[in-house]
Amino acid sequence: MSLIEGRTGAWEVVIGLEVHAQVVSHSKLFSGAATEFGAEPNSQVSFVDAGMPGMLPVINAACIRQAVLTGLGLEAEINLVSVFDRKNYFYADLPQGYQISQFTRPIVGRGTIVLDLPGGASRSVGITRLHLEQDAGKSMHDQHPTMSYIDLNRSGVALMEIVSEPDMRTSEEAGAYLKKLRSILRYLGTCDGNMEEGSMRCDCNVSVRRPGDELGTRCEIKNVNSIRFVMQSIEYEARRQIAVIEDGGTIRQETRLFDSGRGETRSMRSKEHAHDYRYFPDPDLLPLVLSPEFVAEIKAGMPELPDAKKARFVSEYGLTPYDAGVLVGEQENAAFFEAVARGRDPKLAANWVTGDFFGFLNKSGLPIAESPVSAEALGGLIDLIRDGTISGRLAKEVFEAMWETGKPAPAIVEERGLKQVSDTGSIEASIDGVMAANADKVAEYRSGKDKLFGFFVGQVMKATQGKANPALVNEILKRKLAG
Amino acid sequence: MTTPSELTHLTLAGARDGLAARRFSAVELADAHVAAIEAGRQLNAFITETPDQARAMAAESDRRIAAGEARPLEGIPLAIKDLFCTEGVATTAGSHILDGFRPAYESTVTANLWRAGAVMLGKANLDEFAMGSSNMTSYHGAVENPWRRQGDNRPLTPGGSSGGSAAAVAARMALGATGTDTGGSIRQPAAFCGIVGIKPTYGRCSRWGIVAFASSLDQAGPMARTVRDAAILLGQMAGHDPKDSTSVPLPVPDFEKALDEGVRGLRIGIPREYRIEGTPPEIEALWQQGIAWLKDAGAEPVEISLPHARYALPTYYIIAPAEASSNLARYDGVRFGLRVPGGSLDEMYENTRAAGFGAEVKRRVLIGTYVLSAGYYDAYYLKAQRVRARIVEDFRNAFQQVDAILTPATPSAAFGLGENMDDPLAMYLNDVFTVTANLAGLPGLSVPGGLSAEGLPLGLQVLGRAFDEATVLRVGQAIERAAGFDAKPAMVGGAA
Repeated sequence: MSLIEGRTGAWEVVIGLEVHAQVVSHSKLFSGAATEFGAEPNSQVSFVDAGMPGMLPVINAACIRQAVLTGLGLEAEINLVSVFDRKNYFYADLPQGYQISQFTRPIVGRGTIVLDLPGGASRSVGITRLHLEQDAGKSMHDQHPTMSYIDLNRSGVALMEIVSEPDMRTSEEAGAYLKKLRSILRYLGTCDGNMEEGSMRCDCNVSVRRPGDELGTRCEIKNVNSIRFVMQSIEYEARRQIAVIEDGGTIRQETRLFDSGRGETRSMRSKEHAHDYRYFPDPDLLPLVLSPEFVAEIKAGMPELPDAKKARFVSEYGLTPYDAGVLVGEQENAAFFEAVARGRDPKLAANWVTGDFFGFLNKSGLPIAESPVSAEALGGLIDLIRDGTISGRLAKEVFEAMWETGKPAPAIVEERGLKQVSDTGSIEASIDGVMAANADKVAEYRSGKDKLFGFFVGQVMKATQGKANPALVNEILKRKLAG
Repeated sequence: MTTPSELTHLTLAGARDGLAARRFSAVELADAHVAAIEAGRQLNAFITETPDQARAMAAESDRRIAAGEARPLEGIPLAIKDLFCTEGVATTAGSHILDGFRPAYESTVTANLWRAGAVMLGKANLDEFAMGSSNMTSYHGAVENPWRRQGDNRPLTPGGSSGGSAAAVAARMALGATGTDTGGSIRQPAAFCGIVGIKPTYGRCSRWGIVAFASSLDQAGPMARTVRDAAILLGQMAGHDPKDSTSVPLPVPDFEKALDEGVRGLRIGIPREYRIEGTPPEIEALWQQGIAWLKDAGAEPVEISLPHARYALPTYYIIAPAEASSNLARYDGVRFGLRVPGGSLDEMYENTRAAGFGAEVKRRVLIGTYVLSAGYYDAYYLKAQRVRARIVEDFRNAFQQVDAILTPATPSAAFGLGENMDDPLAMYLNDVFTVTANLAGLPGLSVPGGLSAEGLPLGLQVLGRAFDEATVLRVGQAIERAAGFDAKPAMVGGAA
């Protein structure tokens, strides 16, 4: 258990997260308007989204499918009957004067996420529920000295609110939770997980207690928009709460904002000033009833998820859990690896993908789909190493050239004359040359100074510009030095 | 040649036959009604008149009739309650807060009517957001009932909220009208104005494009001078609409044809709980008369019990305001209608809603906000929903014994304009016989049964099983025939 050491002893931090994940769908939760990011303001707004008189919501079946798929991906109960409620509050970017959400009867109930922690450890975090709700529009307060501008493009877009149990104890676990959740959502294709564009946002519930005590009073940090900020804000908030209590104060239940510039949280409103949302079932919508067949059909079409894939990579390819974990984080990476590994040595493939390939990819900032070296090309390079055409050492040089030119490995090897020399005659000639030039060293070696063997290998490789087949060099050199 | 006043006195069915037989043109029919509306402006039945649109639509109808392409309601001029959004035509819901609002869309029900060939005369006055039983709450002023008490020229209420629709039809300014009924808003004004009105089963007509009052109770329906006319209109208004999730995917029967079946052998429930204290004897007498008429027509009266009916009114006045308080949140001055500026967003809301809503709307928004509030939700809203479920069950049990239910439509005849305004509870009592049908989602029809001692129309109400409007209309027609109601209001087409 990770504890924070305060002035008066150790404290345990208790963390629960509420994630708002924008559903990948062509149209909004209750209208046919488009959902694309970055369109001209107010260009993707139907009469329903604008809350015009007499307009009625109609559930978008595609969004229901996505929520069920996500629920299944979180190994959660799917509620065959769920209800949409109205959450009533006034704001300029909330055209109906209420948000349609799910309050008492969400579409998805309890589930689980397994966190991958450093060192290959793992830990389960409970999912309390997942419900569907409408997003609000966007208010822009900086466009006019006295007025606010409203963009309703986002109004009515489907969100999944995914609520965790207060099962996390460190900011690292919170970070691992978000990474894992994002990975699952991306695998399922139900949310693009893009926190910068706001398609995934996080509210953090944080409290502290003495180990073994009852839960402390929690504060909610609203709308944090990156994993790094989530971790920072939890860290700050936990220490703030400990300081307050250790100074003899008490924690008030309140909503706080994270100021990423200053790296601190600030009070937004206290519980007494919390809204009374006057939830009640939306009379415009009938309860949502799903058939077991509908759920079964979605389940049958589910992709392999990260945990299952990781287990398979370990058992099928003999990878270490660490390498497997790195490879399955993103579906595209896992697919890339499998394409490279197909018909080849999987461990060699994994080393190349997680090593040089990821190194270059990260440095370039390119998405894997736009990598100049395709899985096929990387496979081609590995094939050349395997059949002895090039040495592993030269392969790194070839890979770099492939990355820069986009050319396949054989072409580069050909062009640059990097083909490994396996011609014993030419290797013998080089060895003879090296031995002649270093007769003194040969004598020392023969008188028992075995350590000089490496020196001779190095000289031979230098003489052959690294192209000599190292196995052959070793073999012939050993024979010749023995005299 | 038929004279204009003869044209406005036709039934809808009669006008349809006359148009088909080319005895007059649709333009002549429209002109006659446009003239009657102009002459009857004193009644204030319309908020917006659309004579140009009426003539243009009628001309198109004449073209189609000439081409042999007449549709079911070809050339029939109608008044549209100003709660239905009409594309390009101001839609006010009787409220100041919708000032300047011209919808860019047409409600499904009115679109269905225009597709069937009907002609729009204008937008009929109503209680603000359909909240009221007297048409006194309209920002555009009260509507007068075309009827007068004998020997008394003081204006009376047409009832509400569909008061403008009822007055227009009774005063021969329209052959029929659309109404909406949340707690009795079609049936009570129909009874007060001596016409027929039916609230169909919840889900029979689409609510898409109708300004919402209480979503789980609101239902559109026709108002006309005969049961047959109401059946014809309902057949064209109704139908499944994928844009309204609560609209029901059932075929629409031929209601007009169903009328031929009569009532012989039907069992008619007479609920004992509808005998409430303080009901005038003439209402009770009319009810007994109705029972006798149906018996004579071959139906069998059966005494039934609806034990939770007495809780219907308080239940209604919790659920309807609760939904309304949320439905009316969108009138915030941000996107359409009235905006009264303020120093902050909250101030703009307060200024706009204070100026834009009338007293009755504010009262209901406050009641609704209260009953949904944390700490009160269980005691009010949730309990009301539980009572509602019992009321539904009462009717389910009753309809295992009977085919239809007969009750009075209202506890009194039309009252004076401006009466009861200081006593909301007395005003709410107007709905005592009608709200049960809304809470249970069942069809209910009001049909004139006779005149009060003061010479004012009194209505009887027929309730039926869900989606069995056909039986309700058949019973209604049996009463209509037996009653032989042919009295006319004092003011017809503006002529006193």
